[in-house]
Amino acid sequence: MSKISAVNKRATQTLAENISKQVEHFSKKEVECLIREFNVLVAEQNNSGRAVHGLDRGKFISTLHSIFGLTDDRMTGRVFRTFDKDNDSVVSMKEWIEGLSVFLRGTLDEKIKYCFTVYDLNGDNAISREEMLHMLKGRLIRQPNEEDPDEGIKDLVEIILKKMDYDHDGKLSFEDFEKTVKDENLLLEAFGTCLPDFRRIEMFERHVFQEQFEQ
Amino acid sequence: MGISLTRAAQWTMVSSSTAKLASTPMNESLLKEILHFVEHFSSQHPQEAEHVFEEPLQWSTTLVPSDFKTDYDISDSDVQSHERDSEGHPLLQLSPPTVYVRSFSQLSKLLHLADDKKLAEVRACLEGKFESNLHPKQSNHQHSSITHRLNVFVLLVTVYSHPIMPPLLFQDMDKQILDKLLKDISEQVRLNPKAVKNEVEILQMFCGGGDKGLLKSLRYTSDFQFSNGYRAPLWRQVQGDICYLVIEPCDTETLYITCSTAGSFLNGGEENGYERTSDAYEDLVTLLKSRSPHFADKINQVENSANHFFSISVNQHNAKHLKYKAVASMKQLQHDGDQIVTVDTLCAMMDFNLMQESCQMAIQDTGGLKVLLNLLDTDEHKCKIGSLKILRTISHNSQIRRVIVDMKGVQSIVKILDSPVKELKALAAETIANVAKFRRARRNVRLYGGINKLVSLLDCLPNFASLTPSQEEDIEVACCGALALWSCSRSTKNKKAIRKAGGIPLLGRLLKSPLQKMLIPVVGTLQECASEESYRNDIQTLGMIKDLVRNLSSDNDELQMHCASAIFKCAEDKQTRDLVRKYKGLQPLVSLLHKADNKQLLAAATGAIWKCSISQENVTKFQEYKALEILVNLLTDQPEEVLVNVVGALGEFAQIPANKAAIREFGGIKPLVKLLTSPNQALLVNVTKAVGACATNKDNMVIIDQLDGIRLVWSLLKTPSADVQSSAAWALCACIENAEDAGETARSLIGGFQLIVKLLSSTNNEVLASICAAICKIAKDEENLAILTDFGVVPSLAKLTNTTHDRLRHHLADAIAQCCMWGSNRASFGEAGAVAPLVRNLKSKEGSVQRSTAMALYQLSRNPNNCITMHEKEVVQPLIHMMGSDDEELQEAAAGCVRSIRLLYMLLDPLQNASY
Repeated sequence: MSKISAVNKRATQTLAENISKQVEHFSKKEVECLIREFNVLVAEQNNSGRAVHGLDRGKFISTLHSIFGLTDDRMTGRVFRTFDKDNDSVVSMKEWIEGLSVFLRGTLDEKIKYCFTVYDLNGDNAISREEMLHMLKGRLIRQPNEEDPDEGIKDLVEIILKKMDYDHDGKLSFEDFEKTVKDENLLLEAFGTCLPDFRRIEMFERHVFQEQFEQ
Repeated sequence: MGISLTRAAQWTMVSSSTAKLASTPMNESLLKEILHFVEHFSSQHPQEAEHVFEEPLQWSTTLVPSDFKTDYDISDSDVQSHERDSEGHPLLQLSPPTVYVRSFSQLSKLLHLADDKKLAEVRACLEGKFESNLHPKQSNHQHSSITHRLNVFVLLVTVYSHPIMPPLLFQDMDKQILDKLLKDISEQVRLNPKAVKNEVEILQMFCGGGDKGLLKSLRYTSDFQFSNGYRAPLWRQVQGDICYLVIEPCDTETLYITCSTAGSFLNGGEENGYERTSDAYEDLVTLLKSRSPHFADKINQVENSANHFFSISVNQHNAKHLKYKAVASMKQLQHDGDQIVTVDTLCAMMDFNLMQESCQMAIQDTGGLKVLLNLLDTDEHKCKIGSLKILRTISHNSQIRRVIVDMKGVQSIVKILDSPVKELKALAAETIANVAKFRRARRNVRLYGGINKLVSLLDCLPNFASLTPSQEEDIEVACCGALALWSCSRSTKNKKAIRKAGGIPLLGRLLKSPLQKMLIPVVGTLQECASEESYRNDIQTLGMIKDLVRNLSSDNDELQMHCASAIFKCAEDKQTRDLVRKYKGLQPLVSLLHKADNKQLLAAATGAIWKCSISQENVTKFQEYKALEILVNLLTDQPEEVLVNVVGALGEFAQIPANKAAIREFGGIKPLVKLLTSPNQALLVNVTKAVGACATNKDNMVIIDQLDGIRLVWSLLKTPSADVQSSAAWALCACIENAEDAGETARSLIGGFQLIVKLLSSTNNEVLASICAAICKIAKDEENLAILTDFGVVPSLAKLTNTTHDRLRHHLADAIAQCCMWGSNRASFGEAGAVAPLVRNLKSKEGSVQRSTAMALYQLSRNPNNCITMHEKEVVQPLIHMMGSDDEELQEAAAGCVRSIRLLYMLLDPLQNASY
């Protein structure tokens, strides 16, 4: 048993070394910890005998929910799609670490790119009026004496579009989005929360890096 | 051109049927424009010039038939042009004195013929009576002023409305004139009684209240109001006059104003029949702005401050628009949507011009402020950031600040200072910096524990060489914290709280920063707090003087000002003055004097120089940098804050004899003496001191005397301020001592002696001491002493002998000694009971008191009764002791006194001689 774990350990270390060369923001040691965490999560999911090479949609989303406090279904689905770069419906170890690099320690530029990808629902490199409407819909709570609260959302979409659409083509290009967010950082997550809160990040890092170092 | 035509010509009524163009500059230029237009019309638009008017222009001309040349049929009494219209009527016809013209080309020719009378002809043409049936619509209603302009309009409108005339023609050159004129007609009805009434009511709200008001008063000439809202008499209403106002501005003479449908303008007052004497303005505010600088100044302030009354009426359209937007956004927030929507909305709001008052008020009026403050109490830090970003901007508005405090906003903001998010901390501190501009807000910050939290924000590593992003954030937080503390430090209790929270060492550490944005609030706070002695001590002992001096040479005026100001406050202390010299701060201070345009900076720099020059070593240094000459040049045309300091410095400089002459050579005496008439007490204290110091130079004194300086100084004894009284009295001493014929001058001042004697009943010891010193100098002149005696100086002085104030004892004894020189004063002092207390004063530890008192006793001892009293009070023992002093004068006085007593007793009772 100990022999296997020793082999595993060595394999993990080699893997970590490789990945840490390709992925920003993490040291080799940290990558090791993330791999271990990944393995724990994979082991937790109901694999029902299949050979698994990553986190499936269900497990990933529940992880986002429980560990990172992301609860909005519209967003978590998109976050999964963004993590899952090769579109194979599972988040592989490498995808996991690459995603977390932005998630936990991304620079503003990386985060802008990430958020834009999340918000660009149909992947046409633009956020359209309809996409915004879809993402913001239902966020206003209906007041007893008011008509459709989504009327308010429509107004809001127009206001946002007016603010962000620098090239006046009726949709947000990446450049539009980038310029706006650099102007006002608060608009990074303008259409939905897709990044963890700083407190969650702290908690996760403490849990994954420190506690495991101590082991 | 547009402006002149907006109010078109200015008319003077002569009778109800004819009108004259008033001879105003505006009319002149208008005439020239029209002349230029008409003259060039036929050459530029030959075709159009040929078209025939439907109705002729007609006026009384000064031209006579002989003026016309070829192209005209000239008979004895009339002239007809060869040019005729299709029906054979001549296009120009003159039947003196009336001329009829029916086309532009003829008009142009006629003007050409008129030569140097061109302008007069145009004027006559415009003034010419017009057959009003052509435009009945415009001439029959109450805006009859228009009828007087009809010719102008007809001239152009006829052309304009002619079917063949392409309107395009006017685009190139005169479209503008036409548009303006047509617009003018339509605007005629714009000013109406209601608009005037509103404006008057608003202005009346801001009348009175001394300098704070916009105007002293504003009233109608008539309280009677017609049912149509007019107040002018009926026969003037026909001219469009609505009402007449009498306005007293704060700074100029009374204005008599006509409000008419054509606008508001000055009139000649009731007796002159309300004739127009100025240009017409579209409203009263514009008119008043042009007449009263005070009004213009105030109205700008009003417009910028809390009274949105004006700004909204001025900028109604914009405000409404923004208001709508703000309402829309605010509604979104009140929907209680989730964080994303809230943040999006807040960001959208940031796009409004939040510095604009109408927008700030819109946010407040729609209840948005409440929403913003509520957001501060949520858990969503992004909402808080968004809310604070808006709050920090709109809190530049004083009214909003008050509402924030009323809504307990300070409490919420202070709480955020504990947040782990640095951006939030910085924003909260920045908002506090803006809000804490008034007392109640500052108090709130303290009560909710804000001072301690703000002080803890200052705790950042001053490792300024290379910074991690996180350290940079810390510095940003510290900057904002310093800004907030700066605002808060205006309250004394907050100063104490900052100190108690350990803020001073932290400020001292930040003072080493190279960043200006950090240094300005830090030094600002320090100089604000330096009014407290504890701070001054700390600033010195914690070595901050060095950093303050270093930043005197910064390239930022504001920073330099705060540094100089801090040094100004701290340099009361001798060690601080020495430190400023040690760290070479004197030269930069002098070089700041060259920035004469920045008065605040100048005031701070001169203040620092003043206090530093209390140390003579510093004066010597200052001389190397030629400070004296610059200072003397600053004696004229400076605000009082600067003058007080400049004069204070000169007073210190003049303690060195060579400088007294230098001040004269640079021409400083005259402005100094002139300042003796200032009403500013702080300035007077310094001026009298400086004049007194200069007066000890004989040549200076000659000038002071010529400028009537002694009288000026003397009359300052009448000021109620004790500081000025004593300072003036000291100056008087110097003046009298050094002036030629001082005695004569003193006598010529009516009531001067009474004043001096009266001041001996002052309760202020410093005043008493200075007056005694002055009496001592005045009484050197025997005749003056006689007068003083008549005014009862002896009992007044005697009453003071019981004092324990050493400085007073010293000068009092001098005065008594001097006053003994006249008549029976020695006896009078004895009778008034002055001797016994003086003997007691002899026991004072102060050398100067001993000496003066001994001399006074010596004088008094020439009266036998006094000797008896002295002897009874056991004066001999101390006197004998004093005879052994090193001071020869004291020796002599003591010995003389003892001798007097001995002689007396020898005479009285030879038997007792043995005891001496």
